This record gives sequence, structure tokens and C-alpha cells, in this order.
Amino acid sequence: MSILVNKDTKVITQGITGATGLFHAKGALDYGTQMVGGVTPGKGGTNVDITLENGSTVSLPVFNTVEQAVKATGATASVIYVPPAFAADSILEAVDAGLDLVICITEGIPVLDMVKVKRYMEGSKTTLIGPNCPGVITPDECKIGIMPGYIHTKGHVGVVSRSGTLTYEAVHQLTTRGIGQSSAVGIGGDPVKGSEFIDILSRFNDDPDTYAVIMIGEIGGTAEEEAAEWVKANMKKPVVGFIGGATAPPGKRMGHAGAIISGGKGTAAEKIATLEACGIKVAPTPSDMGSTLVSVLEEQGLLEKCKTVAK
Amino acid sequence: MNIHEYQGKALLKQYGVVVPEGKVAFTVDEAVAAAEELGTKVVVVKAQIHAGGRGKAGGVKVAKSLDEVRAYAGEILGKVLVTHQTGPEGKEVKRLLIEQGCDIKKEYYIGAVLDRGTGRVVIMASEEGGTEIEEVAEHSPEKIFKEIVDPAVGLQVFQARKLAYAINIPTELVNKAVKFMISLYTAFVEKDCSIAEINPLVVTGDGEVMALDAKLNFDSNALYRHKDIVALRDLEEEDAKEIEASKYDLSYIALDGNIGCMVNGAGLAMATMDIIKYYGGDPANFLDVGGGATKEKVTEAFKIILSDENVKGIFVNIFGGIMRCDVIADGVISAAKEIGLDRPLVVRLEGTNVDLGKKMLNESGLNIVAADSMSDGAQKIVALVK
Repeated sequence: MSILVNKDTKVITQGITGATGLFHAKGALDYGTQMVGGVTPGKGGTNVDITLENGSTVSLPVFNTVEQAVKATGATASVIYVPPAFAADSILEAVDAGLDLVICITEGIPVLDMVKVKRYMEGSKTTLIGPNCPGVITPDECKIGIMPGYIHTKGHVGVVSRSGTLTYEAVHQLTTRGIGQSSAVGIGGDPVKGSEFIDILSRFNDDPDTYAVIMIGEIGGTAEEEAAEWVKANMKKPVVGFIGGATAPPGKRMGHAGAIISGGKGTAAEKIATLEACGIKVAPTPSDMGSTLVSVLEEQGLLEKCKTVAK
Repeated sequence: MNIHEYQGKALLKQYGVVVPEGKVAFTVDEAVAAAEELGTKVVVVKAQIHAGGRGKAGGVKVAKSLDEVRAYAGEILGKVLVTHQTGPEGKEVKRLLIEQGCDIKKEYYIGAVLDRGTGRVVIMASEEGGTEIEEVAEHSPEKIFKEIVDPAVGLQVFQARKLAYAINIPTELVNKAVKFMISLYTAFVEKDCSIAEINPLVVTGDGEVMALDAKLNFDSNALYRHKDIVALRDLEEEDAKEIEASKYDLSYIALDGNIGCMVNGAGLAMATMDIIKYYGGDPANFLDVGGGATKEKVTEAFKIILSDENVKGIFVNIFGGIMRCDVIADGVISAAKEIGLDRPLVVRLEGTNVDLGKKMLNESGLNIVAADSMSDGAQKIVALVK
């Protein structure tokens, strides 16, 4: 088991004929993801031929609309690599086509575009991950996004994060300690996004194959605090945390559109205090995410159950 | 992106927000000419910098004659204002807003911001005008009223009316306040603002509802569709190194420590600053070279870091996903050779092509200290700059 994606997930790439879309479609196929087609308006009816690392070639059909792609391929998920000016429209098109899961990698979408997207999605069955995120991976089964696949190992720890590179850092620290991951989800660094920590934590909570979770937050907003309260009230599994940006000056946007302390709100100190008050052990440095989790697994007698083979 | 008060007021005026008559002045003579043209008995001389708290710092003066305008303009232009938002080094005043004085009956606060919790725009209003809203929120949160706007229909008249009554706008002026709020919301949405704050909003003796100050902040992700806003950018208000970095699409923020950082990914870049601090050092900057960095980009990033005289050592922390470690190594080597590396450099590489990257650094003949992990690297650079 896992969350969001598995070996049966059929995926299409929106923006497949662009350099980024093509590069990562190949990465997904190399990993073993069931990438079944792509969408680029105006290129419908053509095919893209992708030569994989193992020498074989995959020919993916390209469609003009998501609706056509879904009808022809039976895809239930889509990944978006469309430039920021057009990405919100791509999300809406995917939601309209009734996909279960839409993952938007694109960074730089205007915030007010996302405000409209969120409103449009109310009541729809689609789950949106991102934008401005690395994507979702279930090790050895399905990789949708830009993360380096080889650092992951199949296992029982869930990872959820607002930052791409910190997700890789956490996964790497787990894998090198012989602890595999059930799924790793990057929810993205934007202030208005599809899924928040609670949405992902709740899925990990319901997944019998996830035994513990690492949650990686950062300055800005109050999503970590809300998640911590939710964990305290609902989570049946241990959660450890890390919060980035303890040294960030207020009022400055630290790379991510959402990583900003405004009006004295959203500081790392506040978040860390709330997490700890809710029983979430917080790693003192980003280098300690893996070791902090190991210490908690040990305390709870879960370490052996979470051990896989070290890479 | 921030703009000046006078620019914000001109923009809001296009949307029907009432603002006092005013003109920008870059010299004392221009200030006097502007006051003469306004022709009102009282004019206000206001320093234009991208920071609040100007009044308390002596950047806003009320002049009752042209001689006073001349005196105040001479005093404020060129003055370095230190406010709670400028940092201790302050900001030099290079522009003034010369504005008609008005007969203020009462001050209020109106602001439009993005509420991350609901993912919607929120209009906030308070009777406590002139005070910073954060202060009001802390001491008397019951005096702040909010209306969440449904993006499908925009700010509704009844919502604006509720706010106007809640903050006790005089009954006969409620309709004017409603129009004010709707105009402000329209400007916010059409120009992709991230903050539009009017503090104070004033009710005047002659029955106007007017923006006495205007703080507008724009979503930098949306600037591509607002050439008119981009034209208002005042580069003198920004850090020279940050401007240079933005030319190469690097995300850079200057800080006041002495350890330069070069990292890929915003989250890791922030965490790198944190870990330096954790081990007793002080980061000189935030720098995210991004996921798709090229050799040229890395070289430029290096140059920017080294152009900061405070930098006593550099920590490169890369987790290569899309970004390959050999590309980083190549950039680091060529930058170090081009500029001449005269300060300690610690490099931590992990991820795609890590062995090749490490080999390149080892064989470069440069004095580079290799680190095995983020904490190892942070401890090494902190020790080296001590």
C-alpha cells in the first residue's frame, strides 16, 4: 500500500512536448511509471518517441485536450509542466476532465490564479498536489515529478514537505539508515495550493503500510500549526518534524512564494513550539531529520518493522 | 515588488479611490513648485521610501508656507531615515511627495490581503487607524473586522457595508466608504497585488473618505502581465546584489553575517542558513541557484557572493536532483579560477553524479574543503571563518 499513486496509476503529462515535460516523462518511464500519453494543444494526433535508459523506445500519443487523452488512455492522473502563465488553465482542464489526481510542478503561477483554481475545485473529486512542488513518488512503483528516483527505497515511512530539496534530503537520510518510504509527497512552496499537510497526513494515517511520518515545514502561514493540532487529535502514528527558516528575516520572500514572515506571523519559532506542544518531535537541524525519526521509532518499538535493506 | 506611496496613490486613483492631490519632487525647487501649484494653505512634505514608520522618523512634515516647504524639503531630501522597517542602516530619501493638507476628522484602517488559510482575498478594517495593524491585532484583536471575498463574484456591496458600519464610519459617509473598498478590491485583483493597505483611511471635514497613505505590494509571479507596474520599480530601493542576482534568475537575499551560501532549492537554502546559525556561525545570504542551473548561473552566483565584503568564507550545499553535481563542480571551479578564490570554501555535494563532481573538485588544484554531510559542512565553514 501507499498513498496517492501506485503501480497501477496511469498518468498523462500536460506539456509533454516541452523540454521539461519530455525530460521528466522519460524519467518517469525509466522509473517504471505507467506514463500513457501527453497533452499539448495543437500537437494532437502526433506521437513522442522516448528512448529509455535500457535502450527500449516508448511511443506516447499526444492529444489536444485532456478530455481526449483520458478517453483514449484511461489515465486517472496527470502531471503538469506547463509555463506559469498557462498552468492554472491546465489545472482547470484536468479537473474538468475528472481526473482523480493532478500534480502541478510549475513554479511561478500568480497567486490570484490559484485563488480561482481553488474556488473552481470546490466540490470536485480531484486531488491537486502543488503547484511549485517536486511531485509524488511511491518507491519502486510510480514516480510522478522531478525528484531523483534512485535515492528512494520502498518501505513504511511517509514523507510530506513544502520543499523539494528538503524532501530529497530527508529521503536520503532515511534510505542510508536502511529505512524505506511508503510514499513521499511534496505539497509545494506556494501560499495557495491544492493539498495541505493535513490532507496528506490523513492519507498516511489511513494507509496500513505507513508506520510513521516525517513532516517538513517552513516559515510562512500557519499550515504546520494546524497540522500539529490535527496530529494531536487524530494521528495514530508517530510524526517527526522539521521547520526551515529559523534564521530568515521577516518580510522577505525566501525563494518560495509562501515562505515569508508577514506581520510577525509564521515564524519558525512559533511553529516549532506548536509542533512540540502537540507531541511532534522536531529535528534540531536539517541533518538530523533521519536520526530524529530513528530515535522515535526506537522509542515506540517500530524500528525493526521499518528497517529495509540499506542502499 | 513594492512601489512608492505616490505611485500607489496614482494607481488607486485610476480605480476611483479618493486620494489627496499631490506631486512627486526630486529636488527642493521641484518641491516648492509643486506646493505652489497645489495652492492649498497647508501642504504635507512626505519622504518616499519603501518602508513604513516614516512619520516617527521625521520623514513627514506639515508646512504652512512655501518657505516652510523649502525648509522641510531641504531637511528631508538626502536624510537617512531609520524606521522599524528599514533596519539600523536606514534608507536615504531621494523622492518627496508634496501633498495638499486635509482636515482630518478621524483615521481608520482598510487593508486587502491574501488569506492563506482560506485561499482567498480578505478585506480587513479597523477603527484604530494610524496604528500598525499588527499592533492592533496583538492588543485589541476585537477591533479588527474581516470579510472573506468569494473570487467567483468579488467583493460584494453588503460586505463592504458591514465593514463600514462595524468600524463606525459616519452613517452619511457609509456609501462613500463602500465605494472606496470596492475600488480598492478591484485594483487589488486587476493588478495582482499581494498587499493593499490604506493606513490611515480618513474621513475629512468636508465629507470625503480618502486614502491618506497607500502601501501596495505586488505578486512577483504576476508581473509578466503588468508592464505598467514593472515600470514603477525603483532600483535604488533594492539591494544591488539582489538586483544583480535577479538578472540571472537567481533567488538571492542579502543578510548581515559572514558565511556566503550557495544552495539549490529554497527549502534547503533556508535550512542551510539555519544549520550555520545552529553551529554558531552567521549566514551572509540566502541563495537558491534553482533546479536547472547552468555553469554560467553558478559562476554568477559565486561572483555575487564574493562581491559581499563581509563574506569570510563560502559554503556550497547541493543536493543534486535535476541539478547534476558535476555541473555544480564545473561552475564552482570556473568561478573560483576566474575571480580568484581568496576565502575558505567548503563544498557538500550529494545526489546525481556526486562521485564525478567530487573528483572534479579534488583534481581542480583549488583549496576546497569537502564535507560529507550538511552538518559536517556547516561545522567546517564555521570553524574556518572564526
